[in-house]
Amino acid sequence: MEASHIQATGSALFGKKGRSIPCSSPSIVAHRCRNQSFSKILAVMAPSRSPQRPTSTTGSVKHAMTMTEKILARASEKTKLEPGENIWVNVDVLMTHDVCGPGTIGIFKREFGENAKVWDREKIVIIPDHYIFTRDERANRNVDILRDFCLEQNIKYFYDIKDLGNFKANPDYKGVCHVALAQEGHCRPGEVLLGTDSHTCNAGAFGQFASGIGNTDAGFVMGTGKLLLKVPPTLRFIMDGEMPSFLLAKDLILQIIGEISVAGATYKSMEFVGSTVESLSMEERMTLCNMVVEAGGKNGVVPADETTFNYLEDKTSVEYQPMYSDENARFVHDYKFDVSKLEPLVAKPHSPDNRALARECRDVKIDRVYIGSCTGGKTEDFMAAAKIFLASGNKVKVPTFLVPATQKVWMDLYGLPVPGSGGKTCSQIFENAGCDTPTSPSCGACLGGPRDTYARMNEPQVCVSTTNRNFPGRMGHKEGQIYLASPYTAAASALTGFVTDPREFLQ
Amino acid sequence: MATAWAPKAVLPSHLPKTPISPRRQSSSKLLIPTCHIHLKTLNRSTSRRPLLTPLAAAADADLASPEPITAFHGLCYVLGNNIDTDQIIPAEHLTLVPSKPDEYRKLGSLALVGLPADSYPVPFVDPGETTTRFSVIIGGDNFGCGSSREHAPVAIGASGARVVVAESYARIFFRNCVATGEVYPLETEEIGMWKECTTGDIVTVDLPGNRLINHTKGKEYKLKPIGDAGPVIEAGGIFAYARKTGMIASTGATAP
Repeated sequence: MEASHIQATGSALFGKKGRSIPCSSPSIVAHRCRNQSFSKILAVMAPSRSPQRPTSTTGSVKHAMTMTEKILARASEKTKLEPGENIWVNVDVLMTHDVCGPGTIGIFKREFGENAKVWDREKIVIIPDHYIFTRDERANRNVDILRDFCLEQNIKYFYDIKDLGNFKANPDYKGVCHVALAQEGHCRPGEVLLGTDSHTCNAGAFGQFASGIGNTDAGFVMGTGKLLLKVPPTLRFIMDGEMPSFLLAKDLILQIIGEISVAGATYKSMEFVGSTVESLSMEERMTLCNMVVEAGGKNGVVPADETTFNYLEDKTSVEYQPMYSDENARFVHDYKFDVSKLEPLVAKPHSPDNRALARECRDVKIDRVYIGSCTGGKTEDFMAAAKIFLASGNKVKVPTFLVPATQKVWMDLYGLPVPGSGGKTCSQIFENAGCDTPTSPSCGACLGGPRDTYARMNEPQVCVSTTNRNFPGRMGHKEGQIYLASPYTAAASALTGFVTDPREFLQ
Repeated sequence: MATAWAPKAVLPSHLPKTPISPRRQSSSKLLIPTCHIHLKTLNRSTSRRPLLTPLAAAADADLASPEPITAFHGLCYVLGNNIDTDQIIPAEHLTLVPSKPDEYRKLGSLALVGLPADSYPVPFVDPGETTTRFSVIIGGDNFGCGSSREHAPVAIGASGARVVVAESYARIFFRNCVATGEVYPLETEEIGMWKECTTGDIVTVDLPGNRLINHTKGKEYKLKPIGDAGPVIEAGGIFAYARKTGMIASTGATAP
């Protein structure tokens, strides 16, 4: 992996031998360098940074590092490090939820003692979100376990829920952990965030190292505030070109996962750069980073910029130090995409890398549509769906389930006007289109859950979903067929009763 | 407890001619499968598996100290590529808390229950049973992909199977196997090994020899050495290993 690299100017972004690599789809210019002849690292000169970047991150660099390497170097108090090194990292934030929290707490107490105290009561964020609105006694008990622990340890950030019949009666309750972490200002550039959930990589959108760990590792962090991590090498994804009006970040990440497969980024970091990425909102960047784990990635990062700083302004007063890849940093591979040539996609059953053009699945009859989860249940995701329903004016042909990720998202659905609608809110548009009423915010049926979970797939049906995985049984029934898609595609499909390219409603 | 994992039929004639462990006098003593030939010190709650007495104790009278685990022997259960955590333990069972002993055992009884029946007609855990009769799981690429749920390696370990031999692993699953000490996640370089094995084949996984022997098919496969992960799993996971090597203080003390 370590090898010589070439400095290339903007246009010469092809292989060492100066030719482009033919691709199966002509609409994509994907720069692959997996062949033997391209096994050397190709470093593309990073676009020059804006002068607003803090000077502490520039200056002469003797040992060039990628953004992920720099974040981990700072967190492990080293001046330099290399991919492959095992390092002890200081953790800035540890997150856990109702599914893995009790197990983590059990391990913490068993290993550090019944009366042990957590390493820092302000750096642990405990967010019940997975199995909340259910009669399952164990699920309910698990939230109680979290509460008891938070009281005992005086945990500062515990987004509790007690009244399951009315989520609004719980002022502290947020909902889906990854969206809550962002909305509550726990995601900050340059920091290390670990969580007992694979989609913790979602927070990489903020230019931080964010990754999922298991209960045992989390129990260790709870007691010590540190974890032994191996430094991952970085794959870089350069996305340029104007984002078409019918495309969303979900399509971009499905494009990438389809390109490199579900194991294409195993043990690696995924860095997303380019003019298209810079044009994305924070929520769209989160969608991009959210599914890094679906490619096997350890973490995903988007360099912090004005968009990031603006988002954080009213959410956190904690000082942070953004990190950026050095110009000579070494990347394992570069993949380049001309986004203006991409089309709406789906991931067909039963794998997130089973990529297909939405328009080529036009004959797939569907039974239901699900819009929700950390991946596709944020405010902008619902706004996008509302835009499609508005453009159509018709009613949906299949049950369409709406699960806002957090209380804040739910409130936005009922409070924010949708652009171009003459002042209507998302909720009004959804009602006019015949969708189900937006339900209580949580992870919902993204991962099936207890049998009584709202919108769980209990029959072998075909579903278009804005969620992140479609392995067998993911949403409940083992023979269920899940097509992963963007909110545009999901809404379009709801309107026709078939998998549908959103351009049918947007152009 | 070793007898709880006895397969339906293990005949001495299927045993390899060469001794599995160099320290063994006679391989014919290997009548009990899943031979965990090592005495594990329990210094905490019973959520971990019970003590296993060394099989070699009778044969090797001069053996004063416990032997480390050197081999796993028994029936294999064969899976394909991309076996994700939802198939290993479906999400509806995640209300079970692995650190509670009775829920740990329940997880074991539910291991691999998410596998589609048409692709995998033989259940990993027989209906009505709480542990599996299979000792070794064989898989393809990207084993354990999907969620970070530690319930996945815990369910496998709790079921009684302690070895997976796959072509590659998803990173969180691999890490969880090592951290918990529940499963040895071994890798083979022989692509397609899973296609040559059939569920129910009798196999031996020879750790120091870095090989898997399929006695039923008469074939041997090279494995990658487990490396640094080995001592951690053998100690019982990262906490036990950290205590054993003096990295952290014993249970009950506050962390350094």
